Amino acid sequence: MKKLINNVDSVVTDALTGLAAAHPALRVDVENKIVFRAAGPRPGKVGLVSGGGSGHEPLHGGFVGYGMLDAACPGEVFTSPVPDQMIEATKGVDGGAGVLHIVKNYTGDVLNFEMAAELCGDEGVEVVSVLVNDDVAVRDSLYTAGRRGTGATLFVEKIAGALAETGAPLGEVARVAREVNERSRSFGVALSACTVPAAGKPTFELGESEIELGIGIHGEPGRTRAAHGPARELVRVAMDAIHEDLPLSGEVLVLVNGMGGTPLLELYIAFAEVAAYLREKGASPARVLVGNYVTSLDMQGFSVTTCALTEELTRLWDAPVETPALRWGR
Amino acid sequence: MDVQFFVTWLEEVASVVQTQRDHLTQLDAAIGDADHGANLDRGFTAVRQALADTPPDTPGAALVLAGSTLIRRVGGASGPLYGTAFRQMGKTLGDAPEVSLAELSTALDAALAGVQKLGAAVEGDKTMVDALAPAVRALAGAVQDGAKPADAIAAAAEAAAEGARATIPLQARKGRASYLGSRSAGHEDPGAASTALILGALRTAGSR
Repeated sequence: MKKLINNVDSVVTDALTGLAAAHPALRVDVENKIVFRAAGPRPGKVGLVSGGGSGHEPLHGGFVGYGMLDAACPGEVFTSPVPDQMIEATKGVDGGAGVLHIVKNYTGDVLNFEMAAELCGDEGVEVVSVLVNDDVAVRDSLYTAGRRGTGATLFVEKIAGALAETGAPLGEVARVAREVNERSRSFGVALSACTVPAAGKPTFELGESEIELGIGIHGEPGRTRAAHGPARELVRVAMDAIHEDLPLSGEVLVLVNGMGGTPLLELYIAFAEVAAYLREKGASPARVLVGNYVTSLDMQGFSVTTCALTEELTRLWDAPVETPALRWGR
Repeated sequence: MDVQFFVTWLEEVASVVQTQRDHLTQLDAAIGDADHGANLDRGFTAVRQALADTPPDTPGAALVLAGSTLIRRVGGASGPLYGTAFRQMGKTLGDAPEVSLAELSTALDAALAGVQKLGAAVEGDKTMVDALAPAVRALAGAVQDGAKPADAIAAAAEAAAEGARATIPLQARKGRASYLGSRSAGHEDPGAASTALILGALRTAGSR
């Protein structure tokens, strides 16, 4: 598999070097792999730190900036970052009001963030962690590691970030972050697997007429394999899974997310079907985002994330944001 | 067993993980996210470097250094889990310059307890615990039977390898493979496989 890279072992640091060169509003510590806002912490503002494996760009580094994250810690490709990164990021963004850790629910992310939060607490920085687990493809039971954090991570980072800019205290910012997660659901479909640079070949093989349903964002196989069909049918499978878990009604924030290898042309075809499905259920896509935001390297496919809006969440979603990947209103 | 024995073990782990890097990654590609070999290789290469940079004085110090290095460098679930395993072993051994077989057995038991406390996995969940727990039992049994150190360690290594093979038919209940539900069956768990390699390296170090 051909890759636009220099060296398998320097994929993440080479990309961070580029991120730093492209965005002067960021301060990127390439060696320790931390993306900060160049302006530094604002006294009295709750700091927001997230992180996770690389390969999901623009998540999380592309969401650092006004109205969203204060820092992001990218790990190796699909590997959670290490506690040292998180500790340094947390201390670096603390403006005295404490720091919120936004953690996607994967065993590795949870363990490393837990270790970091404990050590930060020892050093006198107040840390509250919020878990994102929106993926309905995984049954949350004693028999799994629990639902994965996927597209809703963007919603949590944007909405909690907007509230933090208003000077709200840590408890409030954590409360709204949890509320967004609880109101959000996602489902993903792959048309092809992705290729991790270090592995050099696709993580699984799909035939010409096969698709994988219920995928996550790490190239892991999904729950079932099915026959490929028109966009309308694939979207219906995704929306049915979401609707069964949390019935859709009222005003909905929708993300139709590309997994990295799907043209925007096709994502809009998918969104047309999502909008039709919502209308059928008496819901409306009040706020919409279509594009590649929470990706899985070069995987072809898409995911849909919905969040049942409230007046507060809509207002915070509409608030100004200025990051490399998301910017409006400022 | 002195500090040199444990340094030899850790160096042996680094070399076998490097050799088996692609194999571990392929196991992980089947039911995970295709990074286990690369991550452990990066971690144990860093361990080898750390041991060279700051040579430890005692077995306990060597193991704590290895564990801390893994936590700092690996990431994922395997970083904290293996890091905790080695750190717990090291802490259990304390400052002793020499370690008996019985003390090694106690330390390995502490490693298992640390891993289970952090990861909340039990035997049968299709994780590293499925290789580590049988090894702990085999080593404790051999100590009770008064086995020679080399034989006791060989029994532990064999039990770990068998435990890893026995994960093949299991359905994963912890970690990333659990997302696959019943489709995780039919594949060896990469974490159990790497645990078997690590205990296999202990046998190699013991036979030197």
